[in-house]
Order: sequence, then C-alpha cells, then structure tokens
Amino acid sequence: MTAGSRGFRFSVISAPMLWLAAFFLSPFVIVFAISLVAASDGQPPFASPLLMSNLTFDNYRLLVGDDLYAFAFGNSVRIAATSTVLCLLLGYPMAYAIVRAPQAMRNGLLLLVVLPFWTSFLIRVYAWMILLRPSGLINLALQGLGVIDQPLPLIANQFAVHLGIVYSYLPFMVLPIYAALERLDPALLEAAFDLGCRPWRAFWRVTVPLSAPGIIAGCLLVFIPAVGEFVIPDLLGGPDTPMIGRVLWTEFFSNRDWPAAAAVATALLVALVGPIVVFQILERRGAES
Amino acid sequence: MTGRRSWLLIVWLAFGFAFLYVPILLLVLYSFNDSRLVTVWGGFSARWYVELARNERIQEAAALSLFVAATSATVATALGSLAALALGRFGRFRLRLPMTAMLAAPLVMPEVITGLSLLLLFVTLGQAIGWPTQRGFATIVIAHATFGLAYVTVIVQARLRLLDPAIEEAAADLGATPWRSFLTVTLPMLAPALLAGWLLAFTLSLDDLVIASFTSGPGATTLPMVIYSSVRLGVSPQVNALASLFVVAAAILVAAASRFIKPGAGG
Amino acid sequence: MTQPLIRIEGVSKTFGDTAAVDGVSLEIGAGEFFALLGPSGCGKTTLLRLLAGLETPTAGRIVIDGVDMAAVPPWRRPVNTVFQSYALFPHMTVAGNIAFGLKQDGMARTEIKARVEEMLDLVQLRGYGGRKPNQLSGGQRQRVALARSLAKRPKALLLDEPLAALDRKLRDQMQVELAALQRRLGLAFIFVTHDQDEAMALASRIAVMRDGHIEQLGSPRAVYETPSSRFVADFLGRANVLGGRVAGRDGAFLLLEASGMTLRALAPVDVSPGSEAWLAVRPENVTFEDRGYANRMSGTVSAVAYVGGVSNFEVEVAGGMKLRATVSNRAGDASVHPPLGADVHVSWSAEAGVLLTR
Repeated sequence: MTAGSRGFRFSVISAPMLWLAAFFLSPFVIVFAISLVAASDGQPPFASPLLMSNLTFDNYRLLVGDDLYAFAFGNSVRIAATSTVLCLLLGYPMAYAIVRAPQAMRNGLLLLVVLPFWTSFLIRVYAWMILLRPSGLINLALQGLGVIDQPLPLIANQFAVHLGIVYSYLPFMVLPIYAALERLDPALLEAAFDLGCRPWRAFWRVTVPLSAPGIIAGCLLVFIPAVGEFVIPDLLGGPDTPMIGRVLWTEFFSNRDWPAAAAVATALLVALVGPIVVFQILERRGAES
Repeated sequence: MTGRRSWLLIVWLAFGFAFLYVPILLLVLYSFNDSRLVTVWGGFSARWYVELARNERIQEAAALSLFVAATSATVATALGSLAALALGRFGRFRLRLPMTAMLAAPLVMPEVITGLSLLLLFVTLGQAIGWPTQRGFATIVIAHATFGLAYVTVIVQARLRLLDPAIEEAAADLGATPWRSFLTVTLPMLAPALLAGWLLAFTLSLDDLVIASFTSGPGATTLPMVIYSSVRLGVSPQVNALASLFVVAAAILVAAASRFIKPGAGG
Repeated sequence: MTQPLIRIEGVSKTFGDTAAVDGVSLEIGAGEFFALLGPSGCGKTTLLRLLAGLETPTAGRIVIDGVDMAAVPPWRRPVNTVFQSYALFPHMTVAGNIAFGLKQDGMARTEIKARVEEMLDLVQLRGYGGRKPNQLSGGQRQRVALARSLAKRPKALLLDEPLAALDRKLRDQMQVELAALQRRLGLAFIFVTHDQDEAMALASRIAVMRDGHIEQLGSPRAVYETPSSRFVADFLGRANVLGGRVAGRDGAFLLLEASGMTLRALAPVDVSPGSEAWLAVRPENVTFEDRGYANRMSGTVSAVAYVGGVSNFEVEVAGGMKLRATVSNRAGDASVHPPLGADVHVSWSAEAGVLLTR
C-alpha cells in the first residue's frame, strides 16, 4: 500500500461490502429470526420476533415431525445428485471435444454452448413441456412411427425433472471443465505417452485428475442450486417428485405460512453450508493460482 | 487410434448440441404454426406474433423487465468492478475473506432462499423504518443487483488478473491519484469485461422468475412472471412467439458481443 | 558541500517475516548514474520501489531534494519510474502515453503537445505519436516508456531492469543510448540490474546488494578491483578465492598462509595475524609466464575453453583447488597457451591479489 491510498481503498472495499452486508447477509439473519415465531393473520403474517415471548421452535418441530419435509428434502438431494452425475457424463466429453477442436473453432463452439443460456430459462423448460406431454411432439413422433401405441409418461415424473435439470444446467458444467482442461499443459500428456502410457489410460490417470478442480466446480455449480430448484419440478415434475424448493414456495404462497417457509429456508441453508463452503474454498484457490 | 476417438467426441458434441437446441428450434418452428395445437400443423402463419404485439400485459411486463434488468445490471457492474478491484489489487486486507465468501455464495445459492430472505428483509425494513412502503421496481432491482454483483465480480476479476499491475503503478508514478488511475486507466482496460459482466447481469435479471416473484409487489409484474402464469395453464402459442423473439435477440446479442470482444482482446 | 539529491537513512522494509530491505543507508547525488546491483531477492527492486513511493518503509526515512517523503504518495514525488515490463497504457497512443503525466499536472494543451514532440525527438521516435503500443517493437516500447517518464522532467529517473527484456544486440545499443541520454540531460539515473556487465558499463557508482543490505558501494573500478567481500568478488566477474590465515605484514602487503604457501596480497584494511582471511585474484591477472611475481603455484591444466577473444584455463593446484586463468588470444600475441594436461606454474603479482576478511 502506498502513502495516501488509504481513503481510496476504504471506499472501494466498503461500497460492495456494505451492500452485501445489507442485502445478502442481513436477510439470512432475518430469515432465521422469523423461523422462530408463529404465523399470524396480521400484516405481516407473522408474530414479531422482537418479543422474546413469541420465540418458539414449533416450525422446526414441524419440519422434523412431518414426513413430507424430510422426504422432499431427501428427494431433492437425490435428484440433484443424480442429475449432477448425468450432467457430468454429458458435459465432460463435450468440454473435452471443444478443447480438442482447432483453436479457431473453440470460441464459436463455446458460444454455442452458452447461447441457449442467453434465452429465457423459463421458456426452455416450457419447450420441454411441449415435447414431453402425452400429446407432445415426442410421443407424437413415436406413435407416428409405430414404435408405441399409447403415449409414454414422459412428463410429471422423475425422468422429466432430471432431464430439465441436466438441460438447464449443462452450460454450468461445461464451462468450468473446459476452463480446467484448457489450462492443462499438453506436455504432460506427451510425457505420459513418452513413458509408455496408452492414450485411454493417460486420459484417466493424467487428464481427469488434473481437470478435477473444474469437475468439482461444475458439479457444485449444478448440485447446490439444483437442490433448491423450483421451476423445473413445478413445470416438469409431478406429485411423486416433491422437492424442497417447491415445498418452500407452497408454504409461502399457498399456505401463507411465512415462518414455516423461513424454517425450511434455514434448514436448507444449513444443509447446503458444507457444499457452499467447499465451493468458496475452491473459488479462492482458483483465484490465487 | 486417435482418429477413432475424435470421431466419437465429435458425435458426442453434436448430440449435446442437438439436445440443447432442438427444443428451442421446435418452439421457434411452432411459433409459426397457424394451429394452436402441437398435434396439428395448421399452416404457416404469423398470427401469434400479431397477437403478441397486441398483448398489453406482456408488453408492460416486458418493459418493466427491461428497465429492471438495465438498472440492476448497471448497479451490479459498478459494485462488482469495485469488488473485483479490491480482490485483484489490494492483496491481503482485513475484510478479504468475508468479501470472497459473500461473493461466492450467491453463485450457487438456491433462488428460493435468496428470494424469501430478501422479501423478509423488505417487510421487516418497511415495518422498522417505513421504507419500502411497497414492493416493486426498487426491491426487484436491489435483489437482482445483489446476485448480479457476484457474477460481475467473477468476470471482471478474471480479466483483471491478466492485466499487468505495473500499468496502474505507472499511472500513480506519473501523477495520477488512485481514483484518477481507476477511472482513466483501469476501467478502460477492463471495458470488455465490464460489458460482458453487464450483459450477464442483464440476462440473469431478465430471466429471473423466483426472486422476482418473492420481491415484487402489486402492479409490478415482470415478464417471467407473466410467462410462468401462462405456461402453467398449458401450451400458449404467444409464448412460442415470444420464445422465438428471445432466441433471435440472444443470437444477435451473442454475435455482436463476440465480434466486439475479439478485436479488443489484445488489451 | 551541496546536499545530495537523495538520502536514504536506515531504511527497512519487511514483508511478513522477511526483511526485503534491511537498514540501508545511501546517498545519491544529482546527475549520478547509479546502479543497484545484486542477485534476485537481494532487495534492489524493493529499494527502488521505496524511492518511487510504491512501497512504504517499515523503518527509516527517505529524503528527496531536502523533502522527507514519509507521507508523500507516488503521484506527488519528483521522481519517475521506467518499469521492467514498460507498463505502457494499451488503450492510449504513444502520444497519449507520454502526455499522461503532463495531464495529471494540469498542463495546458498546447504546452503538452510541444513537450510530447520534444520527448519523441529525444528518444528518436519522431512521427510515432499516433501509434498504439501493440504496434511497436520491444525496443520502441522501451523508448516510449523512457519518454513518458522523462516528460515530467523528474529530479531522478528510476529504472527497473530496463534492458532485461531486450536481446543482446539491442541491449548493447540501448546501453550506449541510455548513457548518452543521461549525459545530455544531466539527471540522476538510478537503475536496478542483476547484470554486472551492464552495471559496470553504465554506472558511475554501484551499490552491490545482498539479502537486503549493501555489501559494497563504490565506482565500478573500485568494486571490481578491490572487492570488500567474497560475495562481491564472486558476483562481479569471476575471481579465484583462496582461504587461509593471516601470517603477518610485509610493508604494504599482508602475508596469507594458504594452500600450504605464503601469499602476498594488498590489504585495504589492517588485519590481525592469525585471523581467517581470503585472497581474491582475477583470472586475467593470473599468468603462466615467469615474471618474477611473488605469488606462485604449480599445477596441471585441467580445462581449456577457447571463447574467441580470450581463452579460459583451469589449473588444478595442490590441495585439489582449481585456479582460473584467462589469457588473451590477440593475434600476434606471444602469451603462453599450455595444452590440456600440461604441468604448469601459475603466478600473480602481490598487487593483483586482494585480501578479504569476509
């Protein structure tokens, strides 16, 4: 730090920090506080958390006691996890293919991967709605080709939700993996070949481990938000695919039970703290290299 | 041996792209379908575009969404560039760890959590200090700017890392105070990243359903909110038309951005 | 006696646990061409940055032209820096780069234009004002960096490894130009380098640095011919260093018992008998001929390297030690060039050897 730069540094640091403290951090404190009171009929529809007498753990007891929440939560984690794996299986070879492409094509290919992302997320999920419905295009095509007689249940089930998540989050998987692969020194692979390692094994023993930071980042970028995903299970899922994001939404908008929703949010946040911290450490390490 | 493997990779990549694009392209196709139903092709027609053009509800929502997106993207870019500067140039400073943490978390935080927490903040704030009296434009902008800020920081920081720190030292050495140096030397060099960050924040804002639903209020309906309520009820041909417009706009934007960024990449 | 332009008084700079600069005191006069020389990590660049104001000292003070620089930020100091990477502003033209510092001072537009032209002339880049840095070669960029820093007519110019990024030919050429420029402008030039040839060629005074402090301060000749320590002797050029014990005095020379012999050396300081000491002698002063020199050893030629203008020999003497001798290959020169494996005598005069106590 030079002389005379203290004021500048103070302004530069405090502007974003104050904003984040006010609009990112403090909301979490408030969520926790409101999860500790009961719902009411007034405006706002909850008792004041400032009165000690209003504080209660009832909302959390509800979460623990009612199977719906536990099931929804477990379901969310499971679906998010399998979707992440599927996304990885689809996305890794794509990233690898782009890295192997001639330099001139790479930017174009990356843009093609990112372009769907620039169109509306909602609309893309809606597109799958049209494709997957019993009267949708896929069933239409299959029936038309004579492959099936009755429409397949492709929507309002786990299949559709997985499909939706993989589809929507694919760019988030491809980009970090591409970045990690691009940074790889090709000389490392050449050294492996030189030492007698055949290409397929070299891939598993050199390329994949060295692209691990990208893989982990991609998986976290898909898994964590997918756990709390709302739109996809709402539009593509059905009664047998309860997910915690939907539960929270329903508690809030349909049941008007804000404290319950707050409790769900807090519980979800606590559950995700582990992966989020891992992600932050990864980001920091990536920034320092 | 490698030949066979590249063939496989190309096929996989093509499949991946098909997977990504076929649904969108089908939407575009069906936006020209005269019939309302997907099962029937009623002939080529632009009637849904005409109806879309007459749909006031959608137009109002679109205008609001664009305005919100532009405002929140601008706020996000301003704050994000400051955050990126701090993280990229200030070395170790006392609040570094909390800042990094608070900038990484929004990138992965489920939207329902962010949305709910911000809403509760606004409600509590309204009770405590009287503002905001009503949720709407301002609250959505604040919400979108907050997560946009995290994305902008990533993009700007990535670019800042590639710039020679000696350049800013040279500016100081030649007589520029830190603010002058930031405004006349650093920011111009970061221009492509600032633009990319702004566009990303703009898109994320335009696209957001969940957070807007939580933080908006009566009279402030964003485009995604309108689309969502249409789409829940089933197929909506006007939404198909809207989808095509989105695709065309996105394609134009991306094409323009790539042509703009490439020549300036020398830096 | 006039005040020196720059006074560095007991300056230290610590980063975490390590002291990059450790209690350095130094005076530099206006118009000096001064070199900070040393291996990487010795603190020379940190010291330069402390002068520029890009770092603040942990202890001590820096006075430039009578003014204590303690609270003075880099943008208000009367010195300017040429950075190793040149650090030209990529989004501005050459003229824009040069004008930058003048704009910060609020100079009038017409004056700025005139000064920029003057600077372009000075570095022989007339007509290049409209180009952008990425359209210039390395050597041209360096000149722009020079012009940019000189535009404000600083009291001293600080240069951080100015020639490191240039290839051999360009470097030699720039050395000559830098020297001419400095003479013409009469400014103090303070430059950092790890290249001892460069330091000796350009500087009027050299500070040899090591581990954050100054090992020796002096003219190139003084530092080369009378090094004050083994480090300095070995860092500037090559030196033969023989270790032993001081045996006594003989007039102006000290006697050293080393390698089983008694050697005579010049002793800049008096050393008590019995203490550990070393003798340093440059290879060019070691000869195979018999000239009646006081210091004489016998051995076998263990290596010969013909490098064009000279030949470098390695002679293994008693005790396994290898002495280096450099012999000129001047045409018509009758100097002895013994072949590999030959038994030879090597000798050097008493005045050629320097006694070192550390």
